[in-house]
Amino acid sequence: MEYNPITVTDLNKYIKSKIDSDEMLNSVLVKGEISNFKNHYTGHMYFTLKDENSLIKCVMFKSYTTHLSFMPKDGMKVIILGSVSVFERDGVYQIYAKAMKQDGLGSLYEAYEKLKAKLSAEGLFDESHKQKIPFMPKTIGVLTSNTGAVIRDIINVSTRRNPNVHIRLYPVPVQGAGAAEKIAEGIEFMNKNNLADVLIIGRGGGSLEDLWPFNEEIVARAIYNSKIPIISAVGHETDFTIADFVADLRAPTPSAAAELAVANIDDVKNTLFLYNTRYKNALKKKLQVMRLAFEKCMARQAFKNPTQKINEQYMVIDMKVKAMQNKIQLKLKEERTKFVKQVSKLDSLSPLKTLLRGYSIVTDKNDKIIKSVNDLKENQDINIRLSDGEKQARIL
Amino acid sequence: MEEKKEDLNFEDAMKQLEEIANVLENGNLSLDESVKKFEEGMKLSKKCNNFLDQAEKKITMLINNGDEVKEEDFVPKED
Repeated sequence: MEYNPITVTDLNKYIKSKIDSDEMLNSVLVKGEISNFKNHYTGHMYFTLKDENSLIKCVMFKSYTTHLSFMPKDGMKVIILGSVSVFERDGVYQIYAKAMKQDGLGSLYEAYEKLKAKLSAEGLFDESHKQKIPFMPKTIGVLTSNTGAVIRDIINVSTRRNPNVHIRLYPVPVQGAGAAEKIAEGIEFMNKNNLADVLIIGRGGGSLEDLWPFNEEIVARAIYNSKIPIISAVGHETDFTIADFVADLRAPTPSAAAELAVANIDDVKNTLFLYNTRYKNALKKKLQVMRLAFEKCMARQAFKNPTQKINEQYMVIDMKVKAMQNKIQLKLKEERTKFVKQVSKLDSLSPLKTLLRGYSIVTDKNDKIIKSVNDLKENQDINIRLSDGEKQARIL
Repeated sequence: MEEKKEDLNFEDAMKQLEEIANVLENGNLSLDESVKKFEEGMKLSKKCNNFLDQAEKKITMLINNGDEVKEEDFVPKED
């Protein structure tokens, strides 16, 4: 029996022709996760597409890669359009990719936009609900992974700004299934036990899927309900998650969050020192003003020669007294002259002189002078006044 | 008298410091009142300084295993 073997080349050629003639394999749409990705310097991309159980080699030539809207990387879920063919030299079949898009992104974006619109309508993003970040928090609560750069950056920046700060880490997974629930739980726990004055929640950069926990409703609501002010720091500056919109303050990066949460102690001490200086200057100035006013006051005549005014007043009093005395004396003199005149006049008119000449005055018991006999009755008592006295008499 | 750390709201204290500075600089107070305000300001700023110095550096991690929560010192690992 004669063997009639074919060559390896022939075999691979045969297999290739079989596969190439298959209509289905000529144009396939395959989904999977990229691994072992190599971006060759020639511009071609080599990688493996895999799912849980299986994998297939892929190549995308430069003429197609230039049309990609993103840079593929390991772990990325993609959908690939291409054909399956055989690389004869190595005897491997592989996908020759013509186009590629990120898988799941469409639905994630949709979910993101939908949730954002819903929460926005509910008022979860309202500025009026946002709390002020305390100026000098005693304890900074941090919700992030206990490994990796984020917590390290936060610690570094915080302690550089204020060496005495207390950072309290509540470790949470920041990606993958269940992360959102853990983050929400952490926020509630910190609130319930009042374990921080301000909270930083965040993680480093990653794909939209990596950041996804921060786009979930349960996290958004936990942030909204938090009594402790929350600073969000998710991904890079260009990443905006729902958590960022609900948070009281959004920091572009975890380091920036630490800067926002922790005041620079040197600045604060400097401010305090400035106040002391201001107080001292203000008091010094006050004293100067008071001294100036005092000196101005003391420079006035009253203080320079305090008895002068009094002496002047004494003189006025003396003058007034003298004038008063003069006036009284004058008046006295006038009155005396007038009196003498009156007395001599009175003397000449006095009835006493008439009585001396032998006249008398008869009066009744009421001292009424009786001028007519008609006024007298029988037995009437009368009074007769003579020059040297009085006597009672009765009419017969 | 030793001030308790808890009874200082730093933000309010800073606001008060500013108010005192403004009132003092205004110069409308009597000398007596000025001195009183001055002393109040110096005391408050000292209190703030003490507050800053009293705080102690602590980096801790909460460990929540469901039933109980522990807190222990935390040192970040190098990559």
